[in-house]
Amino acid sequence: MTEYLTLSMLLFSIGAIGVLVRRNAIIVFMCVELMLNATNLAFVAFARQHGNLDGQVAAFFVMVVAAAEVTIGLAIIVSIYRTRRTTSVDDANLLKA
Amino acid sequence: MLDLSWLLIAIPLAGAALLLTWGKESDRFGHLIATACSAASFVLGVVLFVELAGRDAEDRSVTTDLGTWIDAGPFRADFSFTFDTLSSLFVLLITGVGTLIHVYSIGYMAHDERRRRFFAYLNLFIAAMLTLVLAADYLVLFLGWEGVGLASYLLIGFWQHKPSAAAAAKKAFVMNRVGDLGLALAIMTMFAWFGTTSIAAVNDQVHSVSGNVATALGLLLLLGACGKSAQFPLQAWLLDAMEGPTPVSALIHAATMVTAGVYLVVRSHDVFDASATARNVVIAVGVITLLMGAWIGCTKDDIKKALAGSTMSQIGYMMLAAGLGPAGYAFAIFHLLTHGFFKANMFLGAGSVMHGMNDDVDMRHYGALRKAMPVTFYTFGIGYLAIIGFPGTSGFFSKDKIIEAALGHSVWVGLAALLGAGVTAFYMTRLMLMTFFGEKRWRDDVHPHESPSVMTVPLIVLAALSLLAGLMALGSWIEEWLEPAAGHAEHHDLPLPIIVITLIVLVVVAAGVALAWLTYGRRQIAAETPADSEVSAFTRAGRAELYGNHVNDALVVRPATHLTRALVWADAKVIDGFVTGGADRLGEISGELRKPQTGFVRSYALMVLGGALVVLLGLLAVTLA
Amino acid sequence: MMLSLLIAVPLLGALVVALLPRTADGATARHVAFGVSILTLLMSLALLREFDIESGGYQLTEDHEWIGALGVHWALGVNGIGLTMIFLTTVLTPIVLVASWRDKEADPARTNTYFAWMLVLEALAIGVFAATDVFMFYVLFEATLIPLYFLIGAHGTGQRSYAAVKFLIYNLLGGLIMLASVVGLYVLSTQQGGPSFLHADLMDLEMSQTTERLLFLGFFIAFAIKAPLWPLHTWLPDAAASATPGTSVLMVSVVDKIGTFGMIRWCLELFPGASEWASPVVLVLATISILYGALLAIGQDDLRRLIALTSVSHFGFIILGIFAFTSVSMTGSVLYMFNHGLSTAVLFLVAGMMIQRRGSARISDFGGVQKVAPVLSGVLLVGGLSSLSLPGLAPFVSEFLVLAGTFTRSIPIATVATLGIVLAAVYILLMYQRTMTGPLNEATAGFRDLSRREVGAMAPALVLIIGLGFVPQPLLEVIDPAVEPVVNTVGVGDPPPRAPLDLTQQTEGAHE
Repeated sequence: MTEYLTLSMLLFSIGAIGVLVRRNAIIVFMCVELMLNATNLAFVAFARQHGNLDGQVAAFFVMVVAAAEVTIGLAIIVSIYRTRRTTSVDDANLLKA
Repeated sequence: MLDLSWLLIAIPLAGAALLLTWGKESDRFGHLIATACSAASFVLGVVLFVELAGRDAEDRSVTTDLGTWIDAGPFRADFSFTFDTLSSLFVLLITGVGTLIHVYSIGYMAHDERRRRFFAYLNLFIAAMLTLVLAADYLVLFLGWEGVGLASYLLIGFWQHKPSAAAAAKKAFVMNRVGDLGLALAIMTMFAWFGTTSIAAVNDQVHSVSGNVATALGLLLLLGACGKSAQFPLQAWLLDAMEGPTPVSALIHAATMVTAGVYLVVRSHDVFDASATARNVVIAVGVITLLMGAWIGCTKDDIKKALAGSTMSQIGYMMLAAGLGPAGYAFAIFHLLTHGFFKANMFLGAGSVMHGMNDDVDMRHYGALRKAMPVTFYTFGIGYLAIIGFPGTSGFFSKDKIIEAALGHSVWVGLAALLGAGVTAFYMTRLMLMTFFGEKRWRDDVHPHESPSVMTVPLIVLAALSLLAGLMALGSWIEEWLEPAAGHAEHHDLPLPIIVITLIVLVVVAAGVALAWLTYGRRQIAAETPADSEVSAFTRAGRAELYGNHVNDALVVRPATHLTRALVWADAKVIDGFVTGGADRLGEISGELRKPQTGFVRSYALMVLGGALVVLLGLLAVTLA
Repeated sequence: MMLSLLIAVPLLGALVVALLPRTADGATARHVAFGVSILTLLMSLALLREFDIESGGYQLTEDHEWIGALGVHWALGVNGIGLTMIFLTTVLTPIVLVASWRDKEADPARTNTYFAWMLVLEALAIGVFAATDVFMFYVLFEATLIPLYFLIGAHGTGQRSYAAVKFLIYNLLGGLIMLASVVGLYVLSTQQGGPSFLHADLMDLEMSQTTERLLFLGFFIAFAIKAPLWPLHTWLPDAAASATPGTSVLMVSVVDKIGTFGMIRWCLELFPGASEWASPVVLVLATISILYGALLAIGQDDLRRLIALTSVSHFGFIILGIFAFTSVSMTGSVLYMFNHGLSTAVLFLVAGMMIQRRGSARISDFGGVQKVAPVLSGVLLVGGLSSLSLPGLAPFVSEFLVLAGTFTRSIPIATVATLGIVLAAVYILLMYQRTMTGPLNEATAGFRDLSRREVGAMAPALVLIIGLGFVPQPLLEVIDPAVEPVVNTVGVGDPPPRAPLDLTQQTEGAHE
């Protein structure tokens, strides 16, 4: 059990650090996915431990949402690339106050 | 039959409504409809009067109830009308003189493209004035009261393209509103104290309240009367009101509407009977106005304004008489009626003169008109004799009665009235001499001519009435007739025998005439008004209308203008300043708060992480603690 | 069901109008909108037939559970006061639609939304006047802001977005304060046996003096902003100066009445003790409003601001009558709400027609219009005279009742308030003098007089103004029974006449 949670934590931290330090939007995006899957792992592990299906349901839910998010996210990245010729998140700063 | 009194009002009202809504096709005959409505009302008035006269004295009051006007909670006002001895006389005056003036206006306004509208307003006035005098409830009276104010406003400003006319109309309405404030508050007082606004009920119960309430009520009513009757201190609008067409000046600003204040005092006589203070104030107002008006009348070269000053002065006489209490009510009404005849006659005469002089109103440009306009001259002359109180004319009887009653009340008041009679003789003689006698001082392009018969016939009728209305005093008929409505008049002991008083009055009048003849009859009259610097301070003050407008400006208009400007500024800067200032502060705060919004996604992510950590640590701390 | 239907018809109509194909001239949208408003008017007349005048209570009631967990009901019902206000709404809407027929010619495609929002506003206003559940009242009260925001912000002129935002935020602020009180009522009613927002249940609530006063203030501030009461009035002139005339009419004549209506239904009926506690201050504020609005109106050069400020003065009278607590003054106030709606509608609409022709709202840009447009100036004069409460026109009856009722309670307040009638004469006649009389201004030489459509739009309002001036009884008979219970709830009532009516009778009574 602890192993699963440790792995999940490791994966989540890698993802989080990736989101914070990388500039390439695609990489950031993959790191977000990594974080989501880390939580999925935790969900499934807990479901196993408690012996009910709640965690698995949550995991499926996350997957579905993640899929939807990937679709939209990639579309945004592509359109940003088309207009600005870059995939760096630091260059997309139009919302600066 | 007598319960048809409401029809008196309904006929001219229908006429006004018809003419105001009917289109241009009625331009050709609209004036005839209006005249017919007024005449029909007069005929009905005569029929009702005869029927009333046929009754016993105690039955001479018929109240007709047309139904509820307002009924809310304990407040109730009915559309009810009283046809009694007092209102019947007014009905005859209003519809009679009114019809004559309608006829006259057919000629006078013949070339005005808005003649139909003029007649509609005249009919509206007749209806409102009849409502005023027939009302059995103070609130209905108020309806007529403001209705005549509206008609007066519309008619003074009838020639709206003239800024002076529009301004005069507004001034008249606003100053009347100040008076109406008094009347409105009086009605509220009646409701608060008596729970009713019915004229009869209020006058019945007014003796059961303390003198202070009666005094307050009397003074509030007097304020209303001062506004409508152009009495001091609300007199300033009347001279400006001469901007209206002359028939309007004759009907509204001489014969009927401006006397409504006197009517109000007489109609509310129980209120004034209950308060000596209120009566004394009425007398004071009357005396002041009677002298002021006479003074102004002496100095004006504008024929209409000279007559308007005279009107003020004569209404001052009526007020004075009304303030004398039961001794004077009948005389006030008597003078009101005779004044209605002779003053309307003279105003219409002045209109006839203006008609022949290309609408010039400056008497300095007249002179020697008696040959050019014989009918106007003779009829005007009769009016002149009546107003100075030439023996045998109507004014002789009515003014003498007032002077007698004033002397009976107090020597000083009597002397003031006597002085007024002398001054009246002076300024009216001056007006006669400047207009009809002396040398021609006409402008080059003026060719005076007599007016058409549609205008002179009313003049002749009114002249006849001015001569003969004194008959009403025969055998004290007027006092007995008014007794059911105005109360019984006990006779005072006079300081002198009546015949002596009459002789003194005649001597004073003769002195006034002689003085005027010495000043204006014997000497050449300048064809231009002398500059203010050349005339005496007495004349300057009279020309400036005794500085009434200056006082109003200094005391009310200018402070109010400054207050308004200050408030407009304060509203934008202070009150709205708080609102917009509050919004600005919020904007500044949000400006500070948005600084961390750098546009770098990764710094946002760091903040999210930091926030999440804080929450986690917080939760841990709570759980562990 | 009738009341729900009355709300649903204009709402559905609005939907249809919004979805209609956008034609170049927008004629279809206008016709459909007008048809819907007429249908609503006819239905409200049917409502009048169903209504039993004698009874003072709520009628035509319906009650459906809406949000069960919170005890919220879709509860409707009208008494004479609500009925009067609904009638005002349904009468004014067609008038406004016809008068606005040619608004927005520059951008005809937007005609659809313009007319649709107006119908939405009508539906919401009817809902507010009919709601007997305070939660529902609150929701609809706030919802009226949405159509007005768009009508001012998207369809107005001049500084419209500033005005719209100011209007929205100011009123929203009031609404949120009121929400706090609504929540307070919820808490109280939950403590005393189950949550309920129904008017009848809330009247039975027991609360401490402090609670009552706080809750009262929450409602009162919201209504005072809406009405608007000095010194919370500054949003109104800005909004009116930027809105189209039709919007101004709906805003001032109908929606602002929710403020004074709410004072009677929610402040006085739910918190009678607190209302009495606050009344001295409210009476003074109302009197200030009367004089302040009038003086400010005298100093205005913008026609629309002038009319808006006269309304501040008139709302002062209405609030004065309500918080004088006598049946005379309160009946006068309710009648005043109706009459003021008519007279302000006439003034705003005529002013709009003048502004449309002249291309300016500045009074000094007009002059001598009477000569070229006598009908227009006549209508303006009648509207103006009704605003200055000339006897014989409808507003006089209500103004006099307010003053007379107030006079029996407080002579100084009523006397000062009566000064307003002089100031009213000044602001109206000054405006009339400067626009209509005098020599013809060059720029106004080409002025068209009113068209048939415009006369047709104004005629019903004018007929009502004159008719109700002489025959106000039909409305008073509806209002009076509904006011009595409110007056009794507050418990102050009409003082008896101060003079002993009949001295002999009284002494006899004393002997017995």
